[in-house]
Amino acid sequence: MGQSSGRRWFLKSVTALGGAASLPAPAPAAEPHAQHGTRVPSQTYMYLTQPEVAFVEAAVARLIPADELGPGAKEAGVATFIDRQLFGGWGTMAKMYRQGPWPEGTPQQGYQSPLTPQQVYRIGIGEVNAHCTKQYGSSFSALTAAQQDEVLRGLDGGKIGLEGVRSQFFFNMLLANTLEGFFADPIYGGNRDKVGWKLVGFPGVAAVYTAHVDQHGVPYNAMPVSIQDIVDKVAQVDEHGHPKHVLLTRKD
Amino acid sequence: MPTKLKPVDVAIVGVGLTGTIIAKELAEAGLKVVGLERGRWRDTDPDFAMPYVHDELRYVGRHELMQDLSRETITFRNNAAETALPMRQLGSFRPGEGVGGAAVHWGGLTWRFLPWDFETRSRTLARYGKGQLAEDCTSQDWGVTYDELERHFDRFEYLYGISGKAGNLRGRIVPGGNPFEGPRSREYPNPPLKTSYAGALFTQAAEKMGYKPFPTPTGALSRAYTNEYGATINACVYCGYCQFFGCEMGAKASPQTAVLPNLMKQKNFELRTHANVTKVDLDAARKRAIGVTYVDSRGREFEQPAEMVLLCSYVLNNVRLMLLSGIGKPYDPAANTGVVGRNYAYQTPSSVTLFFEDRVFNQFMAAGGMGMTIDEFNGDNFDHSGLGFIGGGFFQAATSGSRPIEVRPVPRGTPRWGSEWKRAVATYFNRSFPITIQGACQSYRGNYLDLDPTYRDAYGLPLLRMTFDRRENEHKMSLWLTDKAAQIAKAIGPSKMNVAPRTEKYTIVPYQSTHNTGGAIMGADPASSAVNKYLQSWAVPNVFVVGASAFPQNGGYNPTGTVGALAYWTLDAIRSRYLKRPGPLAG
Repeated sequence: MGQSSGRRWFLKSVTALGGAASLPAPAPAAEPHAQHGTRVPSQTYMYLTQPEVAFVEAAVARLIPADELGPGAKEAGVATFIDRQLFGGWGTMAKMYRQGPWPEGTPQQGYQSPLTPQQVYRIGIGEVNAHCTKQYGSSFSALTAAQQDEVLRGLDGGKIGLEGVRSQFFFNMLLANTLEGFFADPIYGGNRDKVGWKLVGFPGVAAVYTAHVDQHGVPYNAMPVSIQDIVDKVAQVDEHGHPKHVLLTRKD
Repeated sequence: MPTKLKPVDVAIVGVGLTGTIIAKELAEAGLKVVGLERGRWRDTDPDFAMPYVHDELRYVGRHELMQDLSRETITFRNNAAETALPMRQLGSFRPGEGVGGAAVHWGGLTWRFLPWDFETRSRTLARYGKGQLAEDCTSQDWGVTYDELERHFDRFEYLYGISGKAGNLRGRIVPGGNPFEGPRSREYPNPPLKTSYAGALFTQAAEKMGYKPFPTPTGALSRAYTNEYGATINACVYCGYCQFFGCEMGAKASPQTAVLPNLMKQKNFELRTHANVTKVDLDAARKRAIGVTYVDSRGREFEQPAEMVLLCSYVLNNVRLMLLSGIGKPYDPAANTGVVGRNYAYQTPSSVTLFFEDRVFNQFMAAGGMGMTIDEFNGDNFDHSGLGFIGGGFFQAATSGSRPIEVRPVPRGTPRWGSEWKRAVATYFNRSFPITIQGACQSYRGNYLDLDPTYRDAYGLPLLRMTFDRRENEHKMSLWLTDKAAQIAKAIGPSKMNVAPRTEKYTIVPYQSTHNTGGAIMGADPASSAVNKYLQSWAVPNVFVVGASAFPQNGGYNPTGTVGALAYWTLDAIRSRYLKRPGPLAG
């Protein structure tokens, strides 16, 4: 959790609406996620193999790196997110049209691969690792950050060609999933401790904003609330189930 | 062998925005009505309940409320020289599936098309002459005028409890509203939503430039409201999970909140969900519909005999069912003959995104259709002489909900990933807002819908094939409109702007709008329209085809208000004339 302590958040107030008088009893000056206590991030995988996990963790750590702004995609659990997405309906194209024939088509015609996202990752990771071994003598996850960036730039733009799947197609899917995993509700396994939402200042599950929406230009630094927080009753809710956001002042 | 069911008076295909209204009215008039919906039942409780409905990945990323393409999709190509390929995942547009249709996840913007929109061709010719229209442009008059539709617009707005401010009351221009709108008989049923910071800055700048900004009319309700069907729609709480979501508050006007509470109590109405209509059954002479065939959730086939068939599903499916059933002559673009599939059009959206260093906008506090609009550059509200295009669009400072999976603008030139991207997204997520332009789209000879020769749906039936690209008219218009919007943006004073006119080849990949139009267009001439001015099939008069499929081209607005007005317009013709004397209502 040390990564996320680049900034300190302090409790300021509870949103003014709907019984704001009853403040929860927070630990002042605490990290918001400290309220979650001992929640241990999942380290189990449903679809990806261990070498694939190593690749995904290394790649997403370059796409959204941990830096002075806070944790990156690796710390956010994006590998777990991607693994669960691949295992589920999306990874097997449950709601997508899957009948052939499969000519490549034009860029304007969109996704035309006969591969499911599961297969795209399996083939893509295998071939990128093979490329890295040939080029640098080790698999992607063992490369330096600069080498990894070089490989990712080579995929993004198509300079590194892959055989079983177009490199740009694989890269775009990986990047899109990384962003999803960084910003989706933590119930999907990514955005751990809501680090993606904290980075941009998104409050997550919405409160009743009627009294705030026309307070023009006034910052709204809410401790983000996830679906899990509400189910766990970590966040208090009003009669319609909207969380009462806890507002914080930011000390950089 | 299909099981033959007991005959009914009316079979309605698709229980969404238009289907629910028409079903309610005809059931109340004493007709036995069956509503056939291929998706499932959905309602505010439990389907849109907190906290699970505030889930961007599920509803936006994974299209929870939208069409299941594994069973049926469309194929697409930019022009007839290409081979159309299936739309394998949703992108450019997001049709709904299930009771309520796309009107569950719609964004709420509820416009009346301009009087000019209904007479696009004749007014363009009258004002500018023939040279203003591209040679292959097939845009035409609707066969119905704004004045004929006015009371139906009014009824739909009062049914859905639209929040807005009138700009033209019976010809009198009212400050604070849209001075360019057609005359309306009375004020909106509910006052406008609150104004966001983005909306306030836009208003200030636009007024200084001499424009007349006004609040965007929307089906996100500014206060609780009970409509003529006795349904209560609640007040919006600005949660920002609106477009692409169901509303946990029951505060977004939809079939669920505005019509179904009443409809489901109608004794003459029966709803059948998971009933996928595969064709309209015609008599031997193909002049009369005798019912519909559908497949249920267990794969069983049924024939539902009916005296009337109303196609009330989404634009694309309305057209496909006509083609699959042989209702009307399919359009042939080479000969420019035939009518079904003709004049498919879309929208030409563009935007200017404004970035600031020191102002926060809290754009996540929002409502569908929340925004401030100007209409100076829509329709023929400005002189098009010498501009080389027709049409326009409204400009809006939109506050419709910023959630970071889909909405996280960064200044042009920012890398797509890495630390520099991360810094930009952290800086600008809450320090930016868009001015969006809902550009119109004309119809052309080469843009049409027909049946695909190769790809099939889960029942083995051909998919609908879409052949579409925007033309020079749309590109010129988008450049011109977006430049005008950029001038307003500049006056607001951002540190950076992304000016994004729409000039590239149409692509089916990124989301643009669920505003597909045409393919079963209305008109005065059976040689150039599939349905008459009452949305009645010229070829099979006991079939009515209701929806934006009837638009001969698309205006510079969201289509829903006009679709709602057309539903009541059709209904009026059915109730007052057709039921008394079934047969052609025009021609």
